[in-house]
Amino acid sequence: MTESVRVPATAPAVRVRERKPLRIGPLSTVLRPRPLLVLLGGLVALVVVFACDLALGDYPISPLGVLRTLLGGGDAGERLVVLQLRLPRALTGLLVGAALGLSGAITQAVVRNPLASPDLLGVTSGAGAAATAVIVTSGTLGGISGAVAAFGLPLIALLGGVVTAVLVALLAYRGGVDSFRLVLVGIGMNALTVNATLWLLTIGETQDAGRAMVWLTGSLNARDWDNVVPVGLALLVLVPLTLLGCHALGALQFDDDTVRELGVRVNVARGALLLSAAVLASLATAAAGPIAFVALATPQIALRMAGVARPPLVASMVLGALLVVAADLISRTMFGSLQLPVGVVTAVLGAPYLIYLLVHRYREVHT
Amino acid sequence: MSRSLASGDPSGSDSASSHAARGEEASSDAERRQDTRPGGTARDSAPPLNRLNSRRRRRLLGIVVLCGLLLLSCALSILVGAKLIPPNAVFEALVATSSTENNVIIYELRVPRTIAGVLAGSSLGLAGALMQGYTRNPIAGPSVLGITQGAGLAVVLAVFTLGITGMLGFIWFSFGGALVSALAVFVIGSIGRGGATPVALALAGAAISALLQALTSALVLLDRQSLDTYRFWKVGSIAVSDMGLIQRVLPFLLLGLLLGLASAPGLNALSLGDDMAAALGHNVARSRAIGVAAIAVLVGGAVALCGPISFVGLIVPHIARYFAGPDHRWLLPFAALGGACLVLLADLVGRVVARPSEIQVGVMLAMIGAPFFIALVRRRRLMRL
Repeated sequence: MTESVRVPATAPAVRVRERKPLRIGPLSTVLRPRPLLVLLGGLVALVVVFACDLALGDYPISPLGVLRTLLGGGDAGERLVVLQLRLPRALTGLLVGAALGLSGAITQAVVRNPLASPDLLGVTSGAGAAATAVIVTSGTLGGISGAVAAFGLPLIALLGGVVTAVLVALLAYRGGVDSFRLVLVGIGMNALTVNATLWLLTIGETQDAGRAMVWLTGSLNARDWDNVVPVGLALLVLVPLTLLGCHALGALQFDDDTVRELGVRVNVARGALLLSAAVLASLATAAAGPIAFVALATPQIALRMAGVARPPLVASMVLGALLVVAADLISRTMFGSLQLPVGVVTAVLGAPYLIYLLVHRYREVHT
Repeated sequence: MSRSLASGDPSGSDSASSHAARGEEASSDAERRQDTRPGGTARDSAPPLNRLNSRRRRRLLGIVVLCGLLLLSCALSILVGAKLIPPNAVFEALVATSSTENNVIIYELRVPRTIAGVLAGSSLGLAGALMQGYTRNPIAGPSVLGITQGAGLAVVLAVFTLGITGMLGFIWFSFGGALVSALAVFVIGSIGRGGATPVALALAGAAISALLQALTSALVLLDRQSLDTYRFWKVGSIAVSDMGLIQRVLPFLLLGLLLGLASAPGLNALSLGDDMAAALGHNVARSRAIGVAAIAVLVGGAVALCGPISFVGLIVPHIARYFAGPDHRWLLPFAALGGACLVLLADLVGRVVARPSEIQVGVMLAMIGAPFFIALVRRRRLMRL
């Protein structure tokens, strides 16, 4: 972000361009235009795509009609379609995407590895294994089926994710949370849960295995207000907290001794940030199944677009939400009756863009 | 296997003369300095010759122990199975060529299975070590970089479009899919400014892997027959009952093993960073290209043979690094031998636990390998990449 300015030969060699500081009372910061532009652009795109998600479908409604319905007008049909069918689904997608983006950004920044994501810590696969166990055994055991499979699944997935994350943290704890150790333990736990899932898929009936596969791909089909509320509440609580912990994230980019000298309690900061990332990812998985690619890719995409050194939290959230809502829109409207799960579309949308950014990079950014 | 390295200095504290684990983060340096116990020499002073020799001796001993363990695993793999065949009958079956029931079991089932396990395990272990070396990322492995996903997509496509079933039909599809996806990752990671940096390679792998996995999921959801094939293929199994399959893949795997072991010096140089390696006179681009070729052939062949038991490729290099240290000239053979042992032993347990049926080796690998791996990671001295 530095730019050398041409100076007369008599002057000292290079001057760094000065930035205007922004001071509000005791707070001061440096304004950087590019990250802000990325954030604003992402927000505008999100609003547009969200509006389209509400307006388009088998029963198209004009944007004005959508706005009217949201403000309490509209006829009964419009109200049913927008408020009961499309809005909860779109909101679930938005919140899930935001949670995944934020969770991925935190994980990558704390672990300092661009491949790190909640999936790596075994959170997503833990949730997936728990849910698959329920789906596959519900047919054969008879006891848990129907109602429990419908209502209990998110709860069981949430439990599976959080329990796995706590296990990883406990196993990696040795007088402190060392991020490298944590990554390796995460890999091990991830392998355990993934293979448990695979094994469950092979012992189940094809019918159940198919249902489990749909869930494991991540889907927003038939999501209602019950899905929105828990994720929304959690985001309301966790997002401000994690953004407060943001200053610690900057310090955590250094090695442990330096971080301590900067006055950050390494273990407390790391543990708290990673725990919130795990809870966010588990909630997202509980609400929509494991949508794998978002948490990994959006922080990296945001980082490259904004040209900063570590994954920007808010921009990752916005881009994550944008990716999932756009994927939902496409999967709902473009394939007719064939409702492709949203998890398929997020990867097909996000991966090429990440590849494009990789090919057109200005310089290597190390997280 | 758990040779305690508590005696003497940990081989992880690298000497300035032989090689260096990259001190990308000052933390790892500090850690290592803490981890050498008092009494160990400071890491940047040249070690006395006898210490070098003792380390070399210890590593040679490790290789010998691993070879012994591999032979033992092979013997057990042929001796133990669903049907109890006494050892002397096994021996007779190996030397005689009559077609009694026992001989058929030994020849048609257990021997090919053992060979397949050795081949797949050593290939995946070596390939994993190469991947982690070239991307300088501890998370890199066959499935993280999208190579097994490429094979999976090709297999599902074969079922979906051509209605192929049976392993012999799949082999070239999965091999081709793995090669194409490895090539794609390498090309995408190399285009653009800066060439194939580790971060670019890792992220290209992640993107390709997600893309291919998504396409596979979509196909599997569309077509029930594909799903049925895929869910069994995905778990991975070394129950290869056809020597023809092994013969077809063998030349590729041998080529891959040779290329992989030959790239050790280049990897050691690269672990100092690209600029340093170039300054030392290494052709960075060429050694990367050779490495990727080796990875593609090894993973492609192993996956074609046994399905995606990629966990071996992720974990074994870390275990090998724990025992062999960061020098790739030792690490690569350790990883290859260790991978073969781990696969055979996991398969053996899977056969014994649920007799007369069996649990696939992929599942058993995770159930046995992961706890062992986590226990190793929890040890005081952690070998960093």
